[in-house]
Amino acid sequence: MGLITAHNIYKDYQVGEVSLRALNDLNFEIEPASFLSFVGPSGSGKTTLLNLIGCLDTPTEGKLTVAGTDVVSLDRKQRAAFRGKHMGFVFQDFNLIPVLTVYENIEYPLIMVQNVPLEERKRRVLSLLESVEMTEQKDKYPDQISGGQKQRVAVARALVTEPELVLADEPTANLDSKTAYMIIELMKEMQRKSGTTFIFSTHDQRIVGAAEIIYTLEDGMITDRKDTGGNAHV
Amino acid sequence: MYNLFKIAIRNLLRYRRRTLLTASLIMVGVVFVLVFMAVTGSIKSLLIGQITDSMLGHLQIHKKGYVASIDNLPLTITLTPKAMQKIDKAIKDIPEIEAYSTRIKFGGLFSNFVETTNIRLNGIVPELELKTVPLLPARIIKGEKTLKKGDILIPELLAKGMKVTVGDTVVVIATNKDGSVNGKPFRVSGILESVTGPGGRDGYIHIEDAMEVLRMDQMEVSEIVLRLKDFATLQDVYESLMNTLSQEKNEAGKPVFEVHTWEKLSPFYNIARMIDIMTLFIKIMLIAMVLVSIMNVMIMAVYERMREIGTISAIGTMPGKILSMFVLEGLSLGIFGAFIGDAIGCIIIYILNISHITFNFGRQTGLLLAPHIGVADILMVSVTVIVVSVAASLQPAFKASRMEPIDALRHV
Repeated sequence: MGLITAHNIYKDYQVGEVSLRALNDLNFEIEPASFLSFVGPSGSGKTTLLNLIGCLDTPTEGKLTVAGTDVVSLDRKQRAAFRGKHMGFVFQDFNLIPVLTVYENIEYPLIMVQNVPLEERKRRVLSLLESVEMTEQKDKYPDQISGGQKQRVAVARALVTEPELVLADEPTANLDSKTAYMIIELMKEMQRKSGTTFIFSTHDQRIVGAAEIIYTLEDGMITDRKDTGGNAHV
Repeated sequence: MYNLFKIAIRNLLRYRRRTLLTASLIMVGVVFVLVFMAVTGSIKSLLIGQITDSMLGHLQIHKKGYVASIDNLPLTITLTPKAMQKIDKAIKDIPEIEAYSTRIKFGGLFSNFVETTNIRLNGIVPELELKTVPLLPARIIKGEKTLKKGDILIPELLAKGMKVTVGDTVVVIATNKDGSVNGKPFRVSGILESVTGPGGRDGYIHIEDAMEVLRMDQMEVSEIVLRLKDFATLQDVYESLMNTLSQEKNEAGKPVFEVHTWEKLSPFYNIARMIDIMTLFIKIMLIAMVLVSIMNVMIMAVYERMREIGTISAIGTMPGKILSMFVLEGLSLGIFGAFIGDAIGCIIIYILNISHITFNFGRQTGLLLAPHIGVADILMVSVTVIVVSVAASLQPAFKASRMEPIDALRHV
């Protein structure tokens, strides 16, 4: 059984009196330790799908299983606990907490979500700081570092809880090419080291090229699936 | 909890100016309430002290029914020597009572041999009366500060109206309880200032002279006035006396005695109550001030930090922790405002004390304002502010904790 299985997933949005179908009968299965990307034009349903997989939203219809759990049946609190235990998130705008230092931002999920003991927290945070080459900036606040550095911190924060799945919505959209490649390489390295599944929604050809599996979405439907092994050139 | 506090404090420091303004508003409110309570408390204590220490005493004991007909100064509702013995025993059993005085009160005619007018007279034992109402000598504005047998202290207005001065001889005529009339000449030994202005008509004579005028074979006392060592024990002593004296019943099974605190005997109690009500309103204003300012700042904080709420919620922070984060911000603001307000309030009260501000009350001039605020009052005001701060943060905090991460993350 895959890490994620989706059966007949539908997602409708009510806009005034009009119902809009954002996702239309999606069926797929994602294996553990994948490096996978959802691509497609704006409005194709990439972010909506990522939100469903990330338990930030629920489908209108269908069955969605993540890490062996039927996430559709979870309530708000259960979804929050599930996210904290199984998932990491990387956002387009980095979304670091401005009042916490680099070190504290990475440490945050270990204290507030997983309640990890101090020594273990320290070990994991320092190790990740080293991996993302941010040890020297650990005491700086987000407004004192560059966009690329912020995204490296965000990746470290997503990985610190050792999740099975990291979801990244347009993680390189706000970065220059050099930094974007660095972030992609960093995430690939983390995937190789920890076996974490990375799922992206992106327009960015640099990420698309690095993905091992590419799902193409159009008008809320999966129109293509390519297994490139990470060497695709779309 | 430490980490939640750390985030709360840093978020407050992030918007320094806003935090400072809100804390200042709370601080000003706390200072205002503390100083108001201290000053009005001081004025109230002084005025109550003037009333009780000049005339009324802290408590009075009468025969049942006397106070209901006190305007008539009845001589038929008095305390006999046997009743006095019982009261004396009850008083001696209560160590909080410092002194007591017996009075025979009656109405009579006051004549200067040319004109006649009415007068209210208090037959007193001077030594006991001075211990019980120690400000009485200060009210004697002319003449001797003591009262001997054959002397009379008369109120100022009466002295002016009747053109009588110290050393003059006057006659007091009164009807005793059997209905017969008797008179006795007195020497005016002093002129009395009224407690609440020059309108009073109470004069003082020696209790033995009162007995002679009223042709009493044995002493029948109208009232017993009590003074306490500590005014704060008033209610306890009252209850203790009531417990003891209410057991004394007459043949019809009704209580023989009645006990009243000064509050039931003086219309000034209503003024004291008004001061308390004003203080209550000032406290309500403080609560409203804290409630509105904290709620406003927390609503702003939630609105501005919507994406942050979305982020921490997305990464798995439980709603309870998000709620705590915002409540702790309100709590910290409240504690900061209350603490600084307490400190400034105490400094202002200290400055008022060393400034020796005086004021007048009726004919009493130069009464020294001595504002004082107790630790219990400071704690009560501070705790109120802190509790209201938490209450004001609850609604915005609850809103933040209930927010769907997807909606919060979409917020621009």
